[in-house]
Amino acid sequence: MSEIIKVGMADLKLVKTPHSIRTSGLGSCVGIVIYDSANGIAGMAHIMLPDSLNGKAVQNRAKYADTAIHDLITLLVDKGAKKRQLKAKMAGGAQMFTFAKANEMMRIGPRNVEAVRNILEKEQIQIVSEDVGGKSGRTIEFFPSTMVLNIRTVQKGTKDI
Amino acid sequence: MPNIHSLNSYHFDILKEVGNIGAGNAATALSRLLLTKIDMNVPSVKLVPFSEISDIVGGAEVEMVAIFLRVEGEASGSMMFLTSIEDAENLVSKLIQQPFNLHRESKEELGISALHELGNILAGSYLSAFSDFTQLSLVPTVPAVTIDMAGAIVNYAVLNISQYSDYVILVETEIIDVEAKQKPLSGQFFFIPDPKAFETIFTALGVTLNE
Repeated sequence: MSEIIKVGMADLKLVKTPHSIRTSGLGSCVGIVIYDSANGIAGMAHIMLPDSLNGKAVQNRAKYADTAIHDLITLLVDKGAKKRQLKAKMAGGAQMFTFAKANEMMRIGPRNVEAVRNILEKEQIQIVSEDVGGKSGRTIEFFPSTMVLNIRTVQKGTKDI
Repeated sequence: MPNIHSLNSYHFDILKEVGNIGAGNAATALSRLLLTKIDMNVPSVKLVPFSEISDIVGGAEVEMVAIFLRVEGEASGSMMFLTSIEDAENLVSKLIQQPFNLHRESKEELGISALHELGNILAGSYLSAFSDFTQLSLVPTVPAVTIDMAGAIVNYAVLNISQYSDYVILVETEIIDVEAKQKPLSGQFFFIPDPKAFETIFTALGVTLNE
């Protein structure tokens, strides 16, 4: 029996085949999946903010792009994944509301996406596919057995990337 | 930035009163607008971890209508009115006195603008009562309306506070259309003060934070 492992807001977890891993209601948050296909292992984080430097006190490392990705890589390598084989997929970073007078906080979706791209480039992890931006919330589920990331939105149905 | 964990039950009672006065005024405004009796329940004030916020609104994936706006001025924060698709359609139908369907391809502009106006009135009346009570100057931004997954909407509303904390203080009030007995309309009001707004609110009411 395969189970679905659930990742909450500002949370991260690992999954192994045949199970899948899922996070619901990504708005401006980014869901990032890092996986090692040869070992059938993957990790998912539901990040809210781009950078832990602005956090006055970092209580929850899974909340920020930089610390979450760092921890995902460490956990995956601990469980036997090979750093060189790691690949990534991501979704989210929507701009849920548009305001005439947008402040920096309101542009958080695109900033989250940018932060994830930069960090993964530094870590030399390739982003295989992504579905980012737009205005809609997403629910995503990753299957390490097939490396498929399934994305569901309220208005546009589902798709696999 | 005060630690929100240091707030005691006295502080929570004050925030509850803020919710009470605000939503009471909003309910009255809505009653007048719809010519029906709108009631509200006693507000609740909760310290909620991010991981549980979606449960409060009925699950991360439930599709909902949200009217969201930022409160600027002396005590900043986010304000949100959440209701089901069906209830939003009914509210708007009552307002524009014709059927309204949110999922139709060409969403009637009249209906959407009625929804915006509804947000304006609800938030405006909530805030003006809040402002009278605290003598703080509060300015609402123009509301934005969205239809999406509850999790994604709520996530957005807690962004500002997420920079400082893993918890959020929700001042929540539910309003109910009591005359529609068959299918009572209902919606949830959330006021989410920014971290630095707490001190301002309490000081304005003559309460210190560290009692």
